[in-house]
Amino acid sequence: MSRRPEHSAPPEIFYNEDEAKKYSQNSRIIEIQVEMAERALELLALPDDDETRLILDIGCGSGLSGSVLEDADHMWIGVDISKAMLDIAVEREVAGDVILGDMGEGMPFKPGTFDGAISISALQWLCNADKTSHNPHKRLLKFFTTLFSCLTRTARAVFQFYPENSDQIEMVTSQAMKAGFYGGLVVDYPNSTKAKKYYLVLMTGGAAPLPQALGSAEEERRVNYIKKRDACREARGKAPKKSRDWILAKKERRRRQGLETRPDTKYTARKRSGRF
Amino acid sequence: MKLSTYNFLTSMAIKGVKVGYPLKLTINKKEVVETEFNATFVERLLPKLDWSAIYSAAQVVELTDDIPAVQPENIAENEQLMQKLHHLLFEIDVLDGQLECPETGRVFPITDGIPNMLLNEDEV
Repeated sequence: MSRRPEHSAPPEIFYNEDEAKKYSQNSRIIEIQVEMAERALELLALPDDDETRLILDIGCGSGLSGSVLEDADHMWIGVDISKAMLDIAVEREVAGDVILGDMGEGMPFKPGTFDGAISISALQWLCNADKTSHNPHKRLLKFFTTLFSCLTRTARAVFQFYPENSDQIEMVTSQAMKAGFYGGLVVDYPNSTKAKKYYLVLMTGGAAPLPQALGSAEEERRVNYIKKRDACREARGKAPKKSRDWILAKKERRRRQGLETRPDTKYTARKRSGRF
Repeated sequence: MKLSTYNFLTSMAIKGVKVGYPLKLTINKKEVVETEFNATFVERLLPKLDWSAIYSAAQVVELTDDIPAVQPENIAENEQLMQKLHHLLFEIDVLDGQLECPETGRVFPITDGIPNMLLNEDEV
């Protein structure tokens, strides 16, 4: 039995009243969601001028990520497919407006509306076909093309998501590029199983360098194993391969076997000059 | 749903719909929630807004005395109009009503302040 929620039921059924309640009561879920939303906002790299901007929150759920945007003094509009989650958002009296909608059907907004878009743990739901009429590739493309048009030309879209395998990453990024986005994947804490988080950072206005991921070593730390291996061989009483001693021992063995062998001279195993 | 959001919504996602804007708004129940006036934000938002949709929204909530039919020039300098725009766009919350696609007549209901933009399988 798989533990991925996308495998158990479509999102509008999985996020029922019981599941939605967790998102307003469970402090651990809230903490993780808020943390990821803060990181997504950071990756959005909005100009640092304290101005209020209009942000789209895709898969806003109960508005936890929206609250992070509110704290940063931004206006937001949220879209989610689960009515139960949106009811919680309305109950919590979030400042943003919420809309019941399906990502795969496209974003129902006028061109050039938003200064940015964030999405926390929603994109992986699009990779599954929950109905016979669903085609994940087509739904992703429709989603990305309509998203591209409703963003301004300097905007970014940041998606935190849980890809199931590398094929899903490939599918999502290729459809995003087809829709006209630039950008790529930022993986935070790549060496940790639990803290590892995937952020798809998409840009509308030309390619820009991707932000630095958290927790990835800046320079590669490589141990020099060759030196250690040679030391081990020497300790066992064998000369390192290709060394003069190794060649002399090999020639000696051939002589013992009665094979034709060149005499040992000062040129034996001598290094060739760099010019050769 | 606030009327600023109404100004952004289209029914373009329906198969065969070319523009799908502006949607026809009908309000059954609304409330007024006071929010903080942010002049620079309203000013920045103006180029993104469609004035005809602002005006039609003003007609629905009967605020046409405050909002002119044609977008006046130099709105940013008109503090009074900016305040009225702010009231119209951010302080009126539609709780119950519907949005109608201008091309197909498809109705999107608004319940508990949440517009339902979900489509049927044959409309995608």
